[in-house]
Formats: sequence, C-alpha cells, structure tokens
Amino acid sequence: MIQDTAIGQKTYLSIDKLWKAFGSFLALKDISLDINDGEFVCFLGPSGCGKTTLLRAIAGLDLQTKGTVMQDGRDVSNLPPSERDFGIVFQSYALFPNLTIEKNIAFGLENTGRSKSEIAVRVSELLDLVGLPDQGSKYPAQLSGGQQQRIALARAIATKPGLLLLDEPLSALDAKVRVHLRHEIKELQRKLGVTTVMVTHDQEEALAMADRIVVMNHGVIEQVGSPTEVYREPANLFVADFIGEMNQIESMVAKGGRLSVGEKTFACHPHPFPDGTAVIAAIRPEDIIPHEDGYTSEDPNRNCIDVLLNEMEFLGSFWRCRLQNERFGQSELIADFSINAVRRLGLGEGRKMVIELPTDRLMAFDRPEAI
Amino acid sequence: MADVTDYANLPDGPVVKGKLSRDDIMMRGGMLVIALYLVVTLAFPLYAMLSKSFSTFRFDLSQYEFQVSDENGVFDGTVLNGAELNAQTGVIDEAELSTGSDGRIGVTGFFPDFSFRSPVMYQIRNTSDQGRFLVGSTLQDGTDWVTLDSNTFRRVQLRPVKSTGFDNFVNYFSTPALFNSIKNSLWIAVVSTIVTVTLAFWFAYALSRSCMRFKGVFRLIAMAPILVPSLLPGIALVYLFGNQGMIKELLFGASIYGPIGIVIGSIFFTFPHAFIIISTALAISDARLYEAAASLRATRWRTFWTVTIPGARYGLISAAFVVFNLVITDFGLPKVIGGQFNVLAVDIYKQVIGQQNFEMGAVVSVVLVIPAIFAFAIDRLVQSKQVALLSARSVPYQPQPNKRTDTLSFIYCTLVGLFIVGILAVCQFAALIKFWPYDLSLSLNNYQFDKMDGGGWGSYYNSIKLGLLTAVFGTAIVFFGAYLVEKTKGFKTGRALFQMFAMLPMAIPGMVLGLAYIFFFNNPSNPLNAIYGTMAILVICSVTHFYTVSHLTAVTALKQMDREFESVSASLKQPTMKLFSRVTVPVCLPSILDISIYLFVNAMTTVSAVVFLYSPKTSLASIAVLNMDDAGDIAPAAAMGMMIFYTNAAARIIHLIVSKGVLMRTQAWRTR
Ligand SMILES: Nc1ncnc2c1ncn2[C@@H]1O[C@H](COP(=O)(O)OP(=O)(O)OP(=O)(O)O)[C@@H](O)[C@H]1O
Ligand SMILES: [Mg+2]
Repeated sequence: MIQDTAIGQKTYLSIDKLWKAFGSFLALKDISLDINDGEFVCFLGPSGCGKTTLLRAIAGLDLQTKGTVMQDGRDVSNLPPSERDFGIVFQSYALFPNLTIEKNIAFGLENTGRSKSEIAVRVSELLDLVGLPDQGSKYPAQLSGGQQQRIALARAIATKPGLLLLDEPLSALDAKVRVHLRHEIKELQRKLGVTTVMVTHDQEEALAMADRIVVMNHGVIEQVGSPTEVYREPANLFVADFIGEMNQIESMVAKGGRLSVGEKTFACHPHPFPDGTAVIAAIRPEDIIPHEDGYTSEDPNRNCIDVLLNEMEFLGSFWRCRLQNERFGQSELIADFSINAVRRLGLGEGRKMVIELPTDRLMAFDRPEAI
Repeated sequence: MADVTDYANLPDGPVVKGKLSRDDIMMRGGMLVIALYLVVTLAFPLYAMLSKSFSTFRFDLSQYEFQVSDENGVFDGTVLNGAELNAQTGVIDEAELSTGSDGRIGVTGFFPDFSFRSPVMYQIRNTSDQGRFLVGSTLQDGTDWVTLDSNTFRRVQLRPVKSTGFDNFVNYFSTPALFNSIKNSLWIAVVSTIVTVTLAFWFAYALSRSCMRFKGVFRLIAMAPILVPSLLPGIALVYLFGNQGMIKELLFGASIYGPIGIVIGSIFFTFPHAFIIISTALAISDARLYEAAASLRATRWRTFWTVTIPGARYGLISAAFVVFNLVITDFGLPKVIGGQFNVLAVDIYKQVIGQQNFEMGAVVSVVLVIPAIFAFAIDRLVQSKQVALLSARSVPYQPQPNKRTDTLSFIYCTLVGLFIVGILAVCQFAALIKFWPYDLSLSLNNYQFDKMDGGGWGSYYNSIKLGLLTAVFGTAIVFFGAYLVEKTKGFKTGRALFQMFAMLPMAIPGMVLGLAYIFFFNNPSNPLNAIYGTMAILVICSVTHFYTVSHLTAVTALKQMDREFESVSASLKQPTMKLFSRVTVPVCLPSILDISIYLFVNAMTTVSAVVFLYSPKTSLASIAVLNMDDAGDIAPAAAMGMMIFYTNAAARIIHLIVSKGVLMRTQAWRTR
C-alpha cells in the first residue's frame, strides 16, 4: 500500500496523543493526526482554538506537555527546532530588516558547505521561483507586503526542508493580494512537493488551498477531511456552521429516521440518531431548490414546502433570499438562488413559492448543549 | 503562578522534557556568567557590608590576667584580672571599650606605678583561647603566661573580640550627632524635590504647551547639568555666596554652607532628570482631551487641573521619587557646600575615611539604603503604569500661538536657563581668574593641575580612560546580558532572578556600593583582592553602579525586535550568535550607542562610588575636584570640573556624529 505519488500515501508527520497545558488551561487536548508525504494540510478554526500552539509544537518552538511527534520516521518530540527539519513563515514574516533580500534568503544557506557562488545561484533561482527576480538588492522595508511574504517563503524553502510550516501567512495582506498569493503558494508547494502545514482562520483560504483540512475548536480536532468532505459532509454542527453557511432548524427524529418539524416530516441524509431524539436539521442555502408556482410532488421523499419570499439581496453571482414558513417559527430559511433561476421563475419579494430540501442534502446533527 | 503547569487535567504518562540545543546551553551559560558577574560585583559586596554593620568589636578586659614582680623580678603569685584592675583604676571608660575591628588599647594605665625604665617585670596571659593581644606586632592568642620587662610591656596592646548583634545600630541611634543626619537628609531631599519638580514641570510645560522660540536651545540647556559632577554647582555657589562671594549680600547674612547651598545645588544637578521624565509625560497627553475641554468651554485653569495634571501625574510622581533618590544619596555636593550640616552620605565618608570606623560606616549605609530602596520601588511601580499609558493610541497635542502664554513661557524658561548657564559660567570664570577676589586678571594658572593635590592631569586622563573602559565593557556586558535574558527560551526562574539583579543597582546608593566594595574586595582572603586599588575595580564598580538604566534601555530596544527572529534562525539551523551579530546588534546600534554614551558621561562625573576605591595611581578628575576643593584650591577645582563638562559635551557631540554616520551607513533600511 505504500507508494510515492505526487501526494504520497506514506505518513510523513505523525502526531500522537498530544496535550498542551498553559497553567491549568488546556490549549491542546489529545490531538492525534497523520499527515502524508507531500500533502498540503490546513489547520482551520476560530481564534484561540490552538492552531498556532499545535504548529509550534510541531516545530519544537514551544514543546507540547505530553505526546509524541514523529517526522519522517524519526521521533522529534523533544528536539529543539534547530535539530528538526522544517522551514517556517510567520504572519509578521520576520524578515531581517537590516539585510537585503538576497542576504535574507541566503541566511540559511551559509555555513552549510556551499560556496559563495553556489549560494548566489540558489538565491537567484529562489527569487525567480517566487517571481521577484530583480528585487534582490532591496531591503525588506522597500517591498510591499505581498512581496515580503514571498521573500519569507523563499527564505523558508531555501534549504529544501522536508516540512514547510506557515502560520497565517496571508492574513496581513489585503483581500486581492491574498487571493492571488493563495494560488501562487499552492502552485509552488505542488511543484516542490514539500509537505506543508498552514494555519489559517479563513475558511475560504483553507478550502481553496488544502488537500486536507483539520478543523479545530477549543483545543480538539473536530474533523479531518478533504475540502469537499468537510464542506459536504461536516462531522458535526460546529464544522457545518464554521465552514460555509448553514440553515439550522430545531427538529425531532420521527419514525423511519425522518425529521419532524411541526407536523411535517422530512426525509434526510442517513444519520445515527434513534427515534425521538432532539436534533438540528441543517441545510446549506445553495442546496435549496426553487420550483415554479403550483409545483407539487406526492413523493414523500421529496421535501417540498410552501414559503413566502420575504426579502432578496443581490450578491453578484447569486441572489440571497429569506424565506418564511410558519412551521419554522420566527426564523427564516436562507436560500441562495442562481440569477438564472430567479429570472426563469420570475421571483420577487412578497411572492409565494415552493421549495425543495433535497433529501441527501438535509442533515441531522446533535443539538449543542444548552449553554 | 499561572505558568506552572497543572497536571491535574492531563492524562498519565511522561511529560515531554525538551532537549537543549547547543545554542540553548550556550545562552543559558552566558546568562549564568553575567548573573555571576552581578552576584560577585553586587550581591556579595552588599552582603559583606550588611554583615559588617552587625559586627561589633569590644575589649573584654576580663579575658586577661596579669602578674607584677618586685624590683628584683620575682613574682609573688598574685594574679590580677583586667576587668578588676580597670574597676579599681577607671582608666578605660565604658565607651572606649566599644571599638572597631582595628581597635587596640594599651594596658600600662592599669598600673599607676608603671615606668618603662623600671626593672619590674610583668606577666600577661589570655584566660580563654578567644583572647588576643599584641606585643609589638606579634599576636599572642595562647593561654600561657608571657613574661615581659617594663620596656616591652608598654608595647602590649589588647585586641577586641568580635560578636554579632545590633550594638552598632543601638550605638548609632543613641548618638544624636549621627542620627540627626537622617532628619537633615530627609529634609533637604524633600525640599529639593518639591522645588525641582515644580521648576521642571513649568519648564516642560512651557516647552510643550507654548509656541515660544528657541525651544531647542532651552532643551539643550536643561540637559547640561547631566554633564558635570554634582559637586560643581557647590563650587559655583561658594564663588557667588561664600565668605568672599560676589553677591553674598543677597543671602542677607545667611550662610551658603549648609542646607541652602545643598538645596540650590541639588536643584541644579537634578533638574535634567526631572525635566526628561515630566516632558515625556506631557508629550503623551492626548490632544482630544483638550479639544473636549475646549468644547465644554472650560477655562484654561480648569483645563489645567482636569486634563494636564491628571495626564502628567505619573510623570510627576516618578520625577519626584527620582529627584528624592538623587538628592538623598548624593555625596559630592553636601561634601563641598554642606558645612556643619551633616547628611547621611557624607557621614559614611566621615566614618570611613575620617575615623576609620568601618562598622559605623556600614550602619549609616544600611540606614541610607532604606529610603533609597523605598523611592526606587515607588518609581518602578509608577513607571510601569506610565508605560501602559504610553502604548495607548493618542493624538499628540499641538499648541496654538498665544502672545501672552508664549511671552510668559519665554521669560520663565530664560530665567531657569540663566540659572543653569550662570552656575556653569561662574565655574568657568572662577577657573580663569588669577586670584579671586584680589587679582582679577585672566590666567591659565588654575589649569596647572600638576602643581596641586588631587592627582594632576593624570587624574583627568584616568577619568577618560575609566569612561572609555566603562563604556566599552559596560555596553558589551549589559547588552549581551539583556539579549540573553530577553531571548533565552524557558528557564523562567533563572530569567526572573537575572531581571531582579539587573534592577538592584539602581536602588543602591553609590556611597554604599563603594563601601561595600571595600569590605568585599579589600579582604585579603578574597582571591579578587588583587584588583583592589586598580583601574579594574573602578571600571567594575562603575559598570555595576550604572547597570540598571543601561539594561532597561537595551531591553526596550530588544523588545522592539520581531519575536520570531530566533525561531527563524533556529529553523534555518544557524547559530544564534550569528543572528545576534548580523541582525540584532546592527538593528539595535542606536540604542547601543546611547548606552555607551550614558556610561561614559556617568563614569566621568561619578564621585560617590569611586571615592572609596581610587588609589594614588588611579585618581580621577571628579575626585580631584573634590580633593582640590577640600585643600582650598577652589579655582583649580572649578577648572577641573569644567574640563569634565567640556569633555562630556565633546563626547556627546562625537556620539551624535557617530550615531548619524552609523545610521546612514548601516541603517539604510530604515528609510524607505
Ligand atoms: N504562552 C501562553 N500562555 C498562556 N496561554 C496561551 C499561551 N499561548 C497561547 N495560549 C492560549 O492557548 C490558546 C490557543 O492559542 P493559539 O495561539 O494556539 O490560538 P490560535 O488558534 O492560533 O488563534 P489565532 O487564530 O488567534 O492565532 C488560546 O486560548 C491562548 O490564549
Ligand atoms: Mg495563531
């Protein structure tokens, strides 16, 4: 089963039962995670959930309290950073302000048995790689944020480390540069094939870049999966809510696993809850299907309901609509309808219409404990 | 403590103990070395001093027994006890029995018939092996009888026994001549503090809240007193108001020698310190508060009390305690102008140099440390609050031109400026006059230091040497120490201890440090004894004495560096020392230069710590001022004082030029 492809199947980094305590506060609780060779993994979660703490434990910058970290078959749990094999980029970039760009990139190449000319060649290679071929003699303060970011990246990969660690590398940049750099970093990572861990609290960034996303909350891992997995099949309400938008409707499990809201029951995606459990029924706005006036379906597996279209908001590529049905009480359903559908159906505010909640997109989750 | 890991919530199993990298070990080692330096040059001497203050020496006469022979040298076996003999004869009174470590006392007084020509023989012995006496310079500590002829017997001297206790303190507080100094010291410190802080506040206020002209000049003048020893204003005051003073009538018969002189001189030399602190505090006050006050139509007076003063209150409190500390610990000024008015710092000097009573010197030192530490602690507390204020975002206040305010401000600042420049001018004038007040022709005679007591020009060159060595070694030790303590990972307890040691020197008055050095380094059993009397001990003493401010400057600069530089360097597998020399030092160079000029100027002007430590070969310019003044050569003293002033001014200018040059050359990155 072990084979080396672009994204290998071989485990490169293995974290086992990791705990981190700050005083009596537990920042990481029993974290176990395997990362494959060449994989791009994002740690995603709200502020303070322990992403940076986990990254720093992997780097050896702040040791975990308990647990092991294996890198490339070697137990590095208690090694200082200088005896591990990684390159790192911080949110602040931490470029040396008094050294030129070239000197910054060359910093890690010195004292490694390379000659001056070898270093110069490697530096210009790296400058080409990050797309800043003639900026070498400038100082960091003379570059834009995005350019500094790329220099920090070049410095981190200069020595060809086995592992690249990125702590919110894009969060100090403005939106446009961010989107652009997102692709560049991903491209570069694919080209180099270096195993990469990136910390972010921006879900879009994680979805766009990661091979796998590790969703964290309060020091634990909520779910690990590919972007589509965590988006389409969130493991719990936290993940569902944190990534993308999610309509949440209080409901009960009725006979046959169906979800009841008011008197009506809905067919839904398979779930493990027994009859009579109080759950949250959830569906993403873009999964709601609009139908023409008067559309009906007798099929009990097609969840059609009548709604009142209360409000429409044009968001560029789609319309965000607020739909009301007395069954859902005061709260409205949010649905994203394509511009086409809105035109085709002639939708407008105040209209009565029929919508369908597709069976396999309607999910049931544990209700969060009352706080 | 929140950072102690609480294992209760964690599962069983081994806790990860980090392996130290070579750099970690090196950095911890470096920190230990510098901590050790501070322990040896600060903690040990202070401990030696403290234990000295609790050592009492007393002649125990009951420990000696005597026999006296007849004219033929035959002893009849009558044994006489020393204590009984004294009770009969009363030659040694109770007060004489308390003594210092060097105390000696003769015994011939016990025998009224004694004559050194008589053929009578004497026998003396110790009754216990604690007892000691000298015959000539030979120490006798046995209990066997020693037989001596009359001529030798007069050379017998008893030695005191040492014990530990509060006797010295009891002694101190039962001698009004000594403990009155506490009151005197507190009195002049409080008065000087009130006056200086008030003057400095209005000066800083005028500079920051008016649009008057020549602000830069006034700022420069305000800082000038830092460049001279604290005793220099004393010399100027003697010329102005002394017995032959130019304008002594202004005192209406009061004497300048005493509290008046000390207070005026203290105002002069503490003014810049108060001014810096208060103008920093005023600079950070928020313009928006003034706008709010204006929109509420508050009067200027009301705005002043509700906005200005509360905004500057931490600065004012801090300035007050700094000035208080400076005045109460100052030695040079009261030595020159104090006259019969005793203060603590001078008492230490008198006890040690005048009376050779080291124990009492130590007692006075302990007494002096208490208010100094108190003032220091309050200042630190207030400073930490001030920092919090500083980091808050506020809009700086921009004064609006106002004819009346600007004129008043200008007049006030001119008066204060005249006071400062006047003092310096009088000194320079004194130095150039042939023989005040009889021959007013100009001459350079007073600069022929080699003809005076005090060490001559050699002491001036020694001072420059001390300044340079202190600047070079001090900056290296301080900056490296600050780097290690800031950037070493983990090792919390060690770092906290180091920080504490680095703060301690500021709380220790110079006189106390100097005396402590005598006790510690002049002890023959100390292997470091060899540096006593050399330039090395002066350098060490100066570095330690001025450690704290330098350390804080370095820490502030280091805190502005990105915290992750060390992480990046470690991930690139580069030694931390490469990062230190290639990045940290160049980036912090402006602060490093600031530290070195601070150390240089202070080493040039300091008197208090080194007054106990110089030897004839290592006499210093500031000490020469003191000694020449003491010997009545006041004009040469003024001349030497002004030499220090010009040297420091030149050093400052060179520092400015070098800083600019260095900035241009190595810090091109600062300009975008
Ligand atoms: N040195 C420390 N001492 C005490 N608590 C800490 C320390 N470092 C982090 N924490 C706490 O640990 C938790 C996790 O911190 P961490 O920096 O890993 O969060 P994060 O997920 O990276 O958040 P962000 O997105 O804000 O960077 C936080 O609650 C934080 O307050
Ligand atoms: Mg973080």
